[in-house]
Amino acid sequence: MPDAAPTASDREESPNPRTSLRSAGEWLLKLLLAPFVELGALFELFGEALFWGIRPPYRGRLLVEAMEFVGIGSIFIVSLTALFVGGVLALQLVDGFRDFGAENQTGAVIGLALAREVGPVFAALMVTSRAGSAMTTELGSMRVTNQIDALITMAVNPVQFLVVPRLVAGLVMVPVLTMLFNVVGVFGAFFVAVRLLGLDPGVFMDRLRWLVDWEDVSQGLIKAMVFGIAVTLIACRQGFYARGGAAGVGRATNRAVVQSAIAILMLDYLVTSLVLGQGFF
Amino acid sequence: MKLFGRNAMRLARASLPPQTKDDPIHVRIVDVHKSYREQHVLKGVSLDIHRGKTNLIIGPSGSGKTVLMRQLIRLERPDCGKLLVNGIDFAKLEGLQLAAMRRTFGMVFQMSALFDSMDVFDNVAFPLREHTRLSRKDVRDRVMSRLSALGVAAAAHKLPAELSGGMQKRVAVARAMILESEILIYDEPTTGLDPITTEMVDDLIVEAEEMFGVTSIVISHDMASVMRIANYLSFLHEGQIVASGTKEELLRSEHPATAEFVRASRITLE
Repeated sequence: MPDAAPTASDREESPNPRTSLRSAGEWLLKLLLAPFVELGALFELFGEALFWGIRPPYRGRLLVEAMEFVGIGSIFIVSLTALFVGGVLALQLVDGFRDFGAENQTGAVIGLALAREVGPVFAALMVTSRAGSAMTTELGSMRVTNQIDALITMAVNPVQFLVVPRLVAGLVMVPVLTMLFNVVGVFGAFFVAVRLLGLDPGVFMDRLRWLVDWEDVSQGLIKAMVFGIAVTLIACRQGFYARGGAAGVGRATNRAVVQSAIAILMLDYLVTSLVLGQGFF
Repeated sequence: MKLFGRNAMRLARASLPPQTKDDPIHVRIVDVHKSYREQHVLKGVSLDIHRGKTNLIIGPSGSGKTVLMRQLIRLERPDCGKLLVNGIDFAKLEGLQLAAMRRTFGMVFQMSALFDSMDVFDNVAFPLREHTRLSRKDVRDRVMSRLSALGVAAAAHKLPAELSGGMQKRVAVARAMILESEILIYDEPTTGLDPITTEMVDDLIVEAEEMFGVTSIVISHDMASVMRIANYLSFLHEGQIVASGTKEELLRSEHPATAEFVRASRITLE
């Protein structure tokens, strides 16, 4: 039996190809512009934080609490990660260097890698996973339960009250955690290379001291400061503008962690290029 | 340093135009419009809020009540129209003048919006610590006296999560009133509460008005509660005030949407 001819209502329901094409175009444009919109929102929040950060009242207690949360609260996870990262670097390098008799360079290479790259990147990633995600969740919950609106109605600027202390905490504490990562990482590497793989302890430390100087450490610290600002800014931005109830806060936290991890690696490349004077690409 | 901090707030308050505090109309909302992209939510709302009285804005869900509240407290700026508070156009203020003028209002949110990282005492003390230079003892005295007046002094060191809905509302009222704001706004204060707690919250609104002489603006669709506490009522329908007046006047309104709302609520003057 042949199909019945389309009725008027069928014709109304079938999508207009021109409209579909336009909405697909709009969707594509939105997708392409999304990273720039996000970047713009981040810079806007950063500008607001700078503006409100220099204005009294200065809430020292909030800053100390934020530094305690970002810094002291991350000591264990950063130390544990550093221990194993140092250890695995030692395992790999001793094994690799032994092939051409260069294992006495292990300490130097590990020191250099930790100070310049591994320390700041891993410390920032650990801060993101522990403190950054918690920041987004806390601010997001405050947003969806009207606590941020309550601050505004009490004539308290929410950026000054909530974002500024967290940004300063990130700026100060991520470099401190990076230093900790470096020290514990070297300890982990020393233990594995010397105690387990039989490298000479004097040679390990001597090579490390010989090759790693203050410039390498300061390069890492500059990166750590940039990462500290970036991860706290992303975490605050996602939480501060979260919407859509508990599910929205979950999505915001997810976005914050993913964006922070990507930002750390991209900024690592950019800062390294700048510091080494190599150009970006 | 006078341009910053509390000094700045004092200067901003001083720089506000003269306020008319003897006018029986405390807030005059004149032709306020608000749209979100293509959605026109408030379509020229005009309304008078009476000084020292309980003023209710009622209407069905989706009529724009919460949007109107957000304009009133300037959480959002109206697209056009005037919000005359004590004769000053609140809609036009910016920066520190806006912040200074916000202190005229206290806000009790639907879900109380207490800071969950602070205990009850710190929640209520928060506005005092932010905006005054009171000593610790004075802050403690004022907070405890307000908590006692509202019957929640025993919960001073509990976290908001440990309180019942009714107690959270009381703490929210204490926080909203601690700076002796002239106007208290309640957004759906009885939504989701059991009948006993609802009655308690109603009494609380009336007590706040009688004890502290504040002007109350209550946004609600709970008609039973409305009839208990209202001095003046306004009915918001599809973004416009379509009926306004005393309880009796509103119940006799001939506007179809208002009459239908009243009929569905099964409320009568008797």
